[in-house]
Amino acid sequence: MTTASPAARTVWRRPPFIADTRLRWAIYGGAIIYLILAFATIDVNWVRVYEGLDRGMRFVRGFLVPDFTSRWSDIAQGMQESLTMTVTSTVVGILISVPIGIGAARNIAPMPVYLLCRGIIALSRSFQEIIIAILFVAMFGFGPFAGFLTLSFATIGFLSKLLAEDIEDIDEAQAEAIRATGAGWWQVVNYGIQPQVMPRLIGLSLYRLDINFRESSVIGIVGAGGIGATLNTAMDRYEYDSAAAILIMIIIIVMIAEYSSSFIRKWVQ
Amino acid sequence: MLRLVNLTKTYRTGDRALTDVSVTVEPGQVVGLIGPSGAGKSTLIRCINRLVEPSSGQVFLGDTELTGLGRGALRRSRRRIGMIFQEYALVERLTVMENVLSGRLGYVGFWRSFFRRFPPDAVATAYRLLDRVGLSDHVDKRADALSGGQRQRVGIARALAQDPDLLLIDEPTASLDPKTSRQIMRLIVEICDESGLPAIINIHDVALAQQFVRRIIGLQAGRVVFDGPPDQLDEAVLTTIYGEEDWSATIRTAHDEDAVDPAEQAEGRDERESAAEILDRERLAGLS
Repeated sequence: MTTASPAARTVWRRPPFIADTRLRWAIYGGAIIYLILAFATIDVNWVRVYEGLDRGMRFVRGFLVPDFTSRWSDIAQGMQESLTMTVTSTVVGILISVPIGIGAARNIAPMPVYLLCRGIIALSRSFQEIIIAILFVAMFGFGPFAGFLTLSFATIGFLSKLLAEDIEDIDEAQAEAIRATGAGWWQVVNYGIQPQVMPRLIGLSLYRLDINFRESSVIGIVGAGGIGATLNTAMDRYEYDSAAAILIMIIIIVMIAEYSSSFIRKWVQ
Repeated sequence: MLRLVNLTKTYRTGDRALTDVSVTVEPGQVVGLIGPSGAGKSTLIRCINRLVEPSSGQVFLGDTELTGLGRGALRRSRRRIGMIFQEYALVERLTVMENVLSGRLGYVGFWRSFFRRFPPDAVATAYRLLDRVGLSDHVDKRADALSGGQRQRVGIARALAQDPDLLLIDEPTASLDPKTSRQIMRLIVEICDESGLPAIINIHDVALAQQFVRRIIGLQAGRVVFDGPPDQLDEAVLTTIYGEEDWSATIRTAHDEDAVDPAEQAEGRDERESAAEILDRERLAGLS
């Protein structure tokens, strides 16, 4: 029996994440086998893929010569609807989200209010925009009003949840210092919490504006108005050059939103 | 006058932070609260303004029993208790002036504070206090643009803006360099003397406490184990509070730091000066 002196130990290995060697290999091996089997079940019709290449090429060629002119009035109207829908739904969404977000922050809201607000957030988050859009189109008919309602509703879940989480993450000492002066609950929120979460709230709102614009082009496809409806019509008529024009405009607007929001966020920090 | 009677705090986790603490602080008296980390110093001062709810016992400020107050009355009583924090606890993104004026929140309504329309006398007081702590040039700066010492001065001005009857001070020098620490301590002690304010200062630095404070309370595992003037703080007492350690250096450090002062060396003072004398001289040296 020899005991290794401390100086002799020159080899060190990081302790493995799963200590048992057999269990480790079983888990890794099992995961790989599952992935192989799962990929094997995906059925690809290669003949159809080959035929589709042609259509794809026409689409791409349409991009090379986008046609802004022949459907311009439809495009302009769709864009205007989409932008109106985006801005109004974001503003309304923010106005509703802020109180719900405050109510959903465990560190400042009493238990019943917390549960209620978390419930509203869960409800809003559990449905995808498309599903809500279909519901609202069925209730209020085709057009941008259904889209406006859809996006407002979706904004609430997104913004309230992230705002609540940001409020839960604040530096408690700052809020405690305000509380210690004898400030009331609303004053603590206004002085101790709002300054800490404001930059993030503004950042999230701009991000949501961006998302709402993109969503507005998607929910248009199910009838909720906006540029999505125009895009859908163009696709249905195989007018890929007009569709390309619409997509290019969407890309440009999203990029403008992206750059201006990062600029504004830096400014409010 | 502040009176704590058999104050006990047991946290929900079962940790007993304070056990039967009874202390009386006279008007104008500045008390240094020392003890190891986890001895209950922070809990003790937070039990006074009930940022931490005591489990049993009573707290009297003047004739008011703070421990028996309802929410509204507690809020009104908190206005009378200024608090100065470790790491300053300023609202970083607000301006220096907003931070100082936040000391008046208990006195103004929500909408007035929301639109930052504070009464003229509150604004005048805020300007005066900022002048007193030497920050007149930084009124509109954001709090996070200031240095550590400047931030703590804002913290002091905020507490004083409340026009308090008592100051609770939690580790005011924990993140400051030795020189700034002394300036801040001197400023606090001066202000308390000027307006006869009683104060409780939680402090880790025993030498600093000895230098500036005339009464020291030692807390150990939630109990008061020492209460007396700083010159009674010898090795035996420090061992009771903190446990076994070589304390000779700690106690001597206080004298060493005094000796470094060139003016003092020139005058060749001997080491037997009373703490009060040192304090007076520190004060004459003054602060900008």
